[in-house]
Amino acid sequence: MVDALLMALTALASPERLGYMALGVLIGYAIGVLPALGGLAGLSLVMPFIYGLDQVSALAMLVGLVAVAATADTFSSILMGIPGSSASQATILDGFPMARRGEAARALSASFLASMIGGLVGAVILTGAVLIARPLILALGTAELFMLALLGLSMVGVLAGKSFAKGLIACGMGLALGMVGTAPATAEYRLDFGLIYLSDGLHLPVLVLAIFALPEIIDLARGGGTISRSADLGRGWITGMRDIMTHWWLVLRTSSIGSVLGAIPGLGGSVTDWIVYGHAIQTEKNGQFGKGDVRGVIAVEASNNAREGGALVPTLFFGIPSSGSMAVFLGGMTLLGIEAGPALVGSRLDLTYAIIWSIAIANVMGTLLCFATSPLIARLTTVRFGLLAPFMMMVVCFGAFNNNRELADLLLLLGIGLLGLLMRRFGWPRPPFVVGFVLALPMETYLYQAVQFYGWDFLTRPGVLIIAALIVVFAGLGIRQRRLADTEEDGGSTDTGRRQPQAIFAVIPVVLFAAVFIDAMGKSFLGAVFPMMIAGAMLLISVPVFFKLNFGRVGGSLFHDAEAKAKPEDGSFWAHLGWVIGLVGLSALVGFLLANTIFFLAFLRHAAGCTWRMTLFLTSIATIGLIVVAQLLTLDFPQGLLQHFFDLPWPLR
Amino acid sequence: MTKASQFPITRRALGGLGLGLAATGTARAQDMAGKTIEWIIPFAVGGGSDVWARFHLPLLQKHMAGNPTVVIRNVTGGGSINGANQFAQRTRPDGLTIMGTSGSTQFPYLMGDPRVRYDYRAWSVLMASPTGGVLYVRPELGVRGPADLAKLQAAQGLKFGSQGPTSLDIVPALAFELMNLNVQIVFGMQGRGQGRLAFERGETPIDYQTSSAYTSQVLPLVREGKAAPLFSYGILNAAGDIVRDPNFPDLPSFPEFLKAATGKDPSGPAWDAYRTMFVAGFAAQKFVVVPKETPKPVQDLYRATFTRIFADPEYKEKRGTVIGEYDEVTGDAAEKAYAAGTVMNDATREWIKEWLLRRFNHRLG
Repeated sequence: MVDALLMALTALASPERLGYMALGVLIGYAIGVLPALGGLAGLSLVMPFIYGLDQVSALAMLVGLVAVAATADTFSSILMGIPGSSASQATILDGFPMARRGEAARALSASFLASMIGGLVGAVILTGAVLIARPLILALGTAELFMLALLGLSMVGVLAGKSFAKGLIACGMGLALGMVGTAPATAEYRLDFGLIYLSDGLHLPVLVLAIFALPEIIDLARGGGTISRSADLGRGWITGMRDIMTHWWLVLRTSSIGSVLGAIPGLGGSVTDWIVYGHAIQTEKNGQFGKGDVRGVIAVEASNNAREGGALVPTLFFGIPSSGSMAVFLGGMTLLGIEAGPALVGSRLDLTYAIIWSIAIANVMGTLLCFATSPLIARLTTVRFGLLAPFMMMVVCFGAFNNNRELADLLLLLGIGLLGLLMRRFGWPRPPFVVGFVLALPMETYLYQAVQFYGWDFLTRPGVLIIAALIVVFAGLGIRQRRLADTEEDGGSTDTGRRQPQAIFAVIPVVLFAAVFIDAMGKSFLGAVFPMMIAGAMLLISVPVFFKLNFGRVGGSLFHDAEAKAKPEDGSFWAHLGWVIGLVGLSALVGFLLANTIFFLAFLRHAAGCTWRMTLFLTSIATIGLIVVAQLLTLDFPQGLLQHFFDLPWPLR
Repeated sequence: MTKASQFPITRRALGGLGLGLAATGTARAQDMAGKTIEWIIPFAVGGGSDVWARFHLPLLQKHMAGNPTVVIRNVTGGGSINGANQFAQRTRPDGLTIMGTSGSTQFPYLMGDPRVRYDYRAWSVLMASPTGGVLYVRPELGVRGPADLAKLQAAQGLKFGSQGPTSLDIVPALAFELMNLNVQIVFGMQGRGQGRLAFERGETPIDYQTSSAYTSQVLPLVREGKAAPLFSYGILNAAGDIVRDPNFPDLPSFPEFLKAATGKDPSGPAWDAYRTMFVAGFAAQKFVVVPKETPKPVQDLYRATFTRIFADPEYKEKRGTVIGEYDEVTGDAAEKAYAAGTVMNDATREWIKEWLLRRFNHRLG
């Protein structure tokens, strides 16, 4: 083991290999800064170039890219409230409020340091655990995986916000949308309406962008001004570093959790994100989570980078990638002639160590790069939002359609975005919604498989009992702590608002659950039992809530309407939604590229009141940028009616 | 269907004779210099088909006359149905767009999935790529070979982790049927890797892997005495018979195993179904296709290019981890594989439909 470790470090120490790693870090950084692209896009970008490289150099480059993408994607999460990748959403919950408070510098500095330490802790844990990782992972059966999914679901307790009932229903809505697509036990299509797009299930990246980023952009565009409410960024850099030192124990804890959960195949990065964030709320005293508590940022970012290291375990030793970027990494390895499998813990252990320590070194490189460039990037928060908004819209749309490269992605973005906007307004917490969504498939799959493999006796397996005990302990801790402060509320409990709009909105969950229930009735028993159970239980909660909102006394924790405090001079709640609808609608007519150009011209000139010169300048930057990225990633823009009738040359195609 | 796809075979058979001579001439006549070729892969980046295409990509650029740029465009959705539909609807027959299909593209087409809007008869095949697989069991079952089949048939609690009733894993499910095994099939596995994980955890006592995963992941287990291989699926020889897989010369092929266990050659509707699905899913798993109307010189340019690629020492040296020791084919042999892997007669389709309903309560279409 020591020999292999020394061999690996010696191999890595060559300037040429460090050079390739730095190149990977640079590309990963560039990709990471652009929201919603993530390591996946970066990896496909460098795939053609790794062909002629030696194994260690190529691996160093690939790893450098993956590792730094998880650090650099923090920029958009904190500065703009756009989740940098679908597996790091929780950062925005505290990071973005900090940026709005003018503490962007502090949030970024704390987050980068946490990322770096997380990555290093992950590497140390991996180095020690490599030899026992295989048996440990094999000890976790489908039964235990189901319990881990339950552990994730139990976080809804602390993520629910003011009204627990609303939190539960939000989670149920996520579960319901997560069940769209192929039923794991029978391969029947649920709620697909005969569409191929829906038969694959809804795509997490689109959903996350829609539910978090779109409502924020619309709200900011309406309020005008800048993201940061104070003009200068402050000397937060030092404060952020001090935060890390104060909360070193939290950093260590969340790094370890991230590294361990990341190593478990079949759980998914997004789940880890929320488990860690929930854990921080459960165990940290006097939290202001959701309102800009630096500990929320630290916890999530430390675990993110540790998780990327942990995710190497199933990828390298079992050939089972646990995320999209790991799948590409595995593909890259195959092209390099390296086969994942037990050999990497045996005869090629040196290669495994080279990969693990590439992560560590790349994390340090990436952190330095992020620190060096962040004062400049953080200035974005002091730019007038009118100029920023169209770029953010474009980036969110791009991130959404980069999944399937279809117009349907944009329609889904719009639909879920509208849902998110209304949930935000009426105080329905969005984190439980996402938790439900990401857990729907693993919960159903592992429950079904565990019962098939072990019968209901699976509940008495020791691993199951241990995880059950953990859930009880942490849920108990959570009850003693403050819940996630309602992100959408600025304190005070007077904004209960008028009855009518929220009473109308409350029908949406009821309809959704009814639709799931009815759809399930047409399926075979195994395809129907899980959705029926969930939808049935949720109907029992959501129907009374609907009646209470419609006929109960106004007040209490259930009623909430952020519009109650809206300033009339900001204009109508719906006004800026029109821009989003316009962009998506126009895309359906003339395709995204043209629609986006028209959107830029119109928005900058009319909504932002720019001069023609400025308008044209910014529009050209946006359009050229889009085309360059599309060219690099070999993608067509979503097509509209125009492209249906006319055969246009790329990029208009 | 059968009739239509026989036609290009005879045509190609005639043309194929002259291929060796004609190749250089056509290549000179046809030049792809300065062109960009789009290679549609209806699967996600990093998946098996994507890696397969990316492995060939630099070789294609190197060996094709004029050294064109080749880019891979991943069009995902519906387990490859979406990408294949788009290819069928939008592609111009100019040879500048090609597509790589896989078993998951062939299967829904063969089984008549209503979402399929493509027709293999409208395409010409440029290259065919085979793979194989090995079925293995837990050693505790005491089953070592065909002689122990009765023991396996009597075994209690046989379970198998499958990706779905109409996935690639229908092939082993049909094999269980032919072996008359009582196997409880558990769906919902996301990828073969998870199926193997369930085996390693002791949740399932029977599993299979495609060749490369078997070699890297399962062979170490076999050496440790934690898994016992029973047979390989085998490969299709030039005569169209299923014979031993050259990657696993010590293992019987599945038909060989059946014959040794039962004393007679397999036959009947279940066998026909198995054979067709096996060819479409393994023996002729991946095809490179263009619209049939693509000019013949352009098609032949590709065929000549693939011939040169297959002869490249670099290709031979590096193909191991991606393709295994299987011979990819072009020209006549590819036509044969294409015909075998993309045509299913109506009786067989009806039998599969009925079997899926009876066995899994799964309704096709």
